Amino acid sequence: MSALDQVIEAGDGALLSVPAGGRLRIVDLHGNQAVDTLFYDAHDIDNRYSAFDTIREQRAVYLTTGSRLISTRGDELGVISDDTCGRHDTVGGACSQESNVIRYGHHTRHLHACRQTFLTLGAHAGIGQRQLTHNVNFFMNVPVTPSGELTFADGLSAPGRYVEVTASRDILVLISNCPQINNPCNGWNPTPVQLLGWW
Amino acid sequence: MKHELPADAAWSVPVRAGRAITLTALADNANASVLIVGADRLDRLNIPDTLKSQMTARIHVGLVLMSDRGLALATVTESTLDWHDCLTGFLPSHLLLLELAKHGLGAADLHGGINFFTKVAVSSAAALSLVPGHATAGDSVTLRADQDLLVFVSTSAHPWATTPAGGVAVQIGTAEPGDPEGLRPEALRALELVR
Ligand SMILES: [Zn+2]
Repeated sequence: MSALDQVIEAGDGALLSVPAGGRLRIVDLHGNQAVDTLFYDAHDIDNRYSAFDTIREQRAVYLTTGSRLISTRGDELGVISDDTCGRHDTVGGACSQESNVIRYGHHTRHLHACRQTFLTLGAHAGIGQRQLTHNVNFFMNVPVTPSGELTFADGLSAPGRYVEVTASRDILVLISNCPQINNPCNGWNPTPVQLLGWW
Repeated sequence: MKHELPADAAWSVPVRAGRAITLTALADNANASVLIVGADRLDRLNIPDTLKSQMTARIHVGLVLMSDRGLALATVTESTLDWHDCLTGFLPSHLLLLELAKHGLGAADLHGGINFFTKVAVSSAAALSLVPGHATAGDSVTLRADQDLLVFVSTSAHPWATTPAGGVAVQIGTAEPGDPEGLRPEALRALELVR
């Protein structure tokens, strides 16, 4: 019996409260869909997911099964407990109107972007601009090379692949199902994802 | 203006638009973890946006450091090293948190930063390891401020370091005219927005 079964359209999102021990599964229904995700200690949103502390603690760039999601205070917020995709990004950040302008030009200024979703939904939990940080991009493939280059590559995901996070404490999960159409992170075609929860 | 930070110290320094800030390693294996905040004291250095718009995973000459709001904060104009780490974060020291607090900032502002003088090698599978001996005393890096900045510098050792922390000199001076060569169109757009 799942506590949560919800389809999130591209360009929409969710703010979820997951209790310690709860499992949240994100299903890439159609394949190659970036799901931008932030994690917060439910009882102290300043104790939040930290992409670069997470990378340092696991001594590797990509996230997959076993990756511990570390907070700015060094706490474990959750662990990736299952993963049928195999690789997720946490270096590339979220899209915003401002970064779209930088990357693609002024004509993209008014396209909907993940930061809009984060700010809209985060407001319900006191999450504003200062509380937004560098997120996880589930199902997104951002190779980092030995020569220090970073690229956006076609996704490794496929329809039905999923990733599951088990909460290590009570957490808030802020999700934006990415609407980006200017790069291959969503296979040039943003699609819905499914959220399943057990707690 | 020149100030020498000892090892395991933290400091914050305002840098006016058009000025240059030069960090110089005072010891082998020094590390300078840096956070940057823009003129409004809210808009912070955004490492992911900086990296993805310039297709790099390291900090080097010819990059524009960009803010959360897509503005140029600073341009890397000179460096004796071709690689400064920005993937492995830093452990915020109590002293660094105090420096943030002096400006009304705090834990909510612990964004990604740059570990100047530190190189973390990336394997073909993207596993990471610290490169010992990357920086030696005298290595330096210069950033041109593209808006009025507040720059936080911590001289704690990188968490993986097996050698003691070193001091770092901070000098504020006149920026050279003109942009460095090789700026990408994305970098130029970020600069245009603050000019
Ligand atoms: Zn997005």
